[in-house]
Amino acid sequence: MNTTIMLFLLQDGITNGAIYALLGLALVLVFAVTRVILIPQGEFVTYGALSYAMLATGQVPGTARLAVAMGLVAFALDLFFARKALHARLVIRSVALNIVFPTALLGLVYALVSPHTPIAVNIALALLIVAAIGLFLYRIAFQPIAHTSVLVLLIASVGCHLALQGLGLVFFGAEGLRGPALSNAAVTAGPLRFTGQSLAVYGLTVGFIVALWLFFGYTKTGKALRATAVNRLGARLVGIRTTLSGQIAFLLASVIGAISGILIVPITTLYYDTGFLIGLKGFIAAIIGGLVSYPLTAVAAIVVGIVEAFSSFYASNFKEVIVFTLILPVLVLRSLAAPQVEEEKD
Amino acid sequence: MTQRLPLIIFALVMAVIPLLPGIPPFWIVLLDNIGLAALVAMGLVLLTGVGGLTSFGQAAFCGFGAYTTAVLTTAYGVSPWLTLPASLLVSGIAAVLLGLVTVRLSGHYLPLGTIAWGIGLFYLFSKLEFLGRNDGISGIPPLSIGAFKMLSPDTIYYAIWVAVLLAALLTMNLLDSRTGRAIRALRRGHVAAEAFGVQTPRAKLLVFIYAAVLAGLSGWLYAHFQRAANPTPFGAQAGIEYLFIAVVGGAGYVWGGVLGAAIVVILKEVLQSYLPYIFGGQSQLETIVFGIMLVLLLQLAPQGVWPWLMSKLPFKPTRKTPDTSVKLEHRERAPGSSPVLLHIEKARKQFGGVLAVNDVSFDVNAREIVALIGPNGAGKSTTFNLITGVLAATSGKIAVLGNEVANAPPQEVVKLGVSRTFQHVKLVPDMTVLENVAIGAHLRGNSGAISSMLRLDRADEAKLLAEAARQIERVGLSEQIDQLAGSLSLGQQRIVEIARALCVDPMLLLLDEPAAGLRHMEKQRLAALLRQLRDGGMSVLLVEHDMGFVMDLADRIVVLDFGTKIAEGTPAAIKRNPDVIKAYLGAAA
Repeated sequence: MNTTIMLFLLQDGITNGAIYALLGLALVLVFAVTRVILIPQGEFVTYGALSYAMLATGQVPGTARLAVAMGLVAFALDLFFARKALHARLVIRSVALNIVFPTALLGLVYALVSPHTPIAVNIALALLIVAAIGLFLYRIAFQPIAHTSVLVLLIASVGCHLALQGLGLVFFGAEGLRGPALSNAAVTAGPLRFTGQSLAVYGLTVGFIVALWLFFGYTKTGKALRATAVNRLGARLVGIRTTLSGQIAFLLASVIGAISGILIVPITTLYYDTGFLIGLKGFIAAIIGGLVSYPLTAVAAIVVGIVEAFSSFYASNFKEVIVFTLILPVLVLRSLAAPQVEEEKD
Repeated sequence: MTQRLPLIIFALVMAVIPLLPGIPPFWIVLLDNIGLAALVAMGLVLLTGVGGLTSFGQAAFCGFGAYTTAVLTTAYGVSPWLTLPASLLVSGIAAVLLGLVTVRLSGHYLPLGTIAWGIGLFYLFSKLEFLGRNDGISGIPPLSIGAFKMLSPDTIYYAIWVAVLLAALLTMNLLDSRTGRAIRALRRGHVAAEAFGVQTPRAKLLVFIYAAVLAGLSGWLYAHFQRAANPTPFGAQAGIEYLFIAVVGGAGYVWGGVLGAAIVVILKEVLQSYLPYIFGGQSQLETIVFGIMLVLLLQLAPQGVWPWLMSKLPFKPTRKTPDTSVKLEHRERAPGSSPVLLHIEKARKQFGGVLAVNDVSFDVNAREIVALIGPNGAGKSTTFNLITGVLAATSGKIAVLGNEVANAPPQEVVKLGVSRTFQHVKLVPDMTVLENVAIGAHLRGNSGAISSMLRLDRADEAKLLAEAARQIERVGLSEQIDQLAGSLSLGQQRIVEIARALCVDPMLLLLDEPAAGLRHMEKQRLAALLRQLRDGGMSVLLVEHDMGFVMDLADRIVVLDFGTKIAEGTPAAIKRNPDVIKAYLGAAA
């Protein structure tokens, strides 16, 4: 092999790895706060990417309507669970968040949609739509069972993935979509050419890692989120609103997922079910990071990306096999290194 | 026989269904599919619902079973019946390899690991040349007996449902046995089970292999039913669906697997045929409904449909009370080289910078009740954990009858005749008192999984249950023998733990706060029991905070404070010891 090919593969691997890193970070974030292993993370990616791609062609994506529908369900749940003490403030807040916000968003989408809408506006709309879906998803599917075991949450998470992926097919169809590039700038360094797109990928990944690290290490909200993860009851006793922590975590995760999607959809064609595989690769990184460490997750994600790039060059048929078996030696090492801890289950 | 009656009726009903005139052939196909799914789900019931090990990867084991027979019959012309053992063997070996890697993983790593290798194997199936890549292998010969070929859905129907019924029978036999109790104890963590000699990693691997072999059987049947094998039914989606089936039916119940399979397969069929009419021609709509239903189900009925259905039954299944006249031989005593029963010399345990036990030394002699007391955080429970092998000592020497036990695993310590109870009760709440106590006799039986499945273990089993019933009677809980352990009061649960520890036939009984949560009368009864045990030749080492109870009962008291032994002596001497008074009441007292 010559150096140029190797450099190309490395560059390709690092770009993909950076995306996996973003997703891995979101997974770690959600798990650390809510103990939910977020399988639907992949759907946030496709929803973000394909909503953006549809907006760019001047169509209204079905996700905007889904947000309104989920908002209605969330509102109904809010009312039902608060039926013993319906305070005006609570109802107003719920109406604003669950009804007004998604409806206004849908109105905005209809008002702004056209093939000539600036890219930035489309990005903002796509992000807002997916953010709303992420927020409502937590309210509807996970908040009522937030106290249960990791396993129950995991199965619920798989259920959400199935439903959202099926809806993805309804909204976007079976054909793949591509979106317009964020910028056409490019820098050449030796044999390598860095597009504005890949530079944006690197920049955002590093930015998010630093931001998350600062947020969880140095802000009061971040620390409250971590406390919720360790002990929900304890966190509530010291006055942390655990449901709010969960909502923040899902909000962040859905936005990160959507951003990842918008970053890759100009590079590769995405289908309604592509997100699942992309998300799972983020998972592998997150698992290597032990679902707790942000820097380790990021490094692992880069490794996953590079392994994928090289195996697609040498053994393209077995690319997925290699990437997914990568996890096994890691799991072995983890199980040997970590002492078996007694877990009180269900 | 009465317990078998529902099973026999079910078998008869299933046998008659295809013979009924006017049954649409399509229904038979559905029933075939239900049977195939039920086999996999039954394995998952054992693995996930009973053993607490979640797997999203069962579909891959179906793949191993299906592809094994597909390759052997098409490429090598082997008879389908000969490929059955091969299929089961290949799935079993795959399970051993994957199991060695995965079952040791704790908590959520396990399901994630299964998703990962489930997907990896799916891609492997779809890329390998000799497995026909994405197209798979077709032209698999049908099952046949003599000249009779099982070509149509209603002939292979019998092969499938015989397999389901046999599997159900074997699984229920397994669960109702010595090995079954060990498996059922897994879900509640491994410390308690290991304290009674259960090799938890081996038990986990066993259920993992069992579930995989059932899935392999389903795959083998599937290949001869469809007469073809391709990667799609063995992918991640299918793996998720199998888990869904088990959860819907009731993950803890063998028949829950069958019921879940029926519900899901029929529902899927209905959704696939009617949803397109309602929502237009899009496919995959059923997955949306599936996903939403899964979430709803977890919120509304996390236990599944089967237990709900059972609670509606007008009659309750009766339990047989064990015949207590059957004798269980005493455990063989470990040869001893020292007259001192328990000898602890400079035992030390450090957790990072914290010194939990600081060079503690004391002895327990035969026929002696020794109390270990001290303020909270004095290192009493840690000392217990060092003796029983739950924790490894940083340094020092612990010996039972001269046999060094320091850093031996709990399973080895209990073999020396040391059994224990726990400060935080560790019973399996959804097992009866009898079953919980019988776990204590685990090492005194020797029936394995296979003999349990085939019911060759009954003599052995009767002895274990008789012993358990005797110990329950001894501690005075005979009336609660068939109640679920979780339904007892905390004080009673502590007594159940003592009965379980007595089932070991121990020389030394370690009791961690046995009197906590007991009423006055119950405490007196407990004290009388412990004295009786001592007079019978047993020694007791107990941790207790109730000073009245300790002072009355103990022959000797060892006092710990901040991990260090500060006093040792008779109750009368300890009461007057100024260091002890200072430790408990502070310097001013």
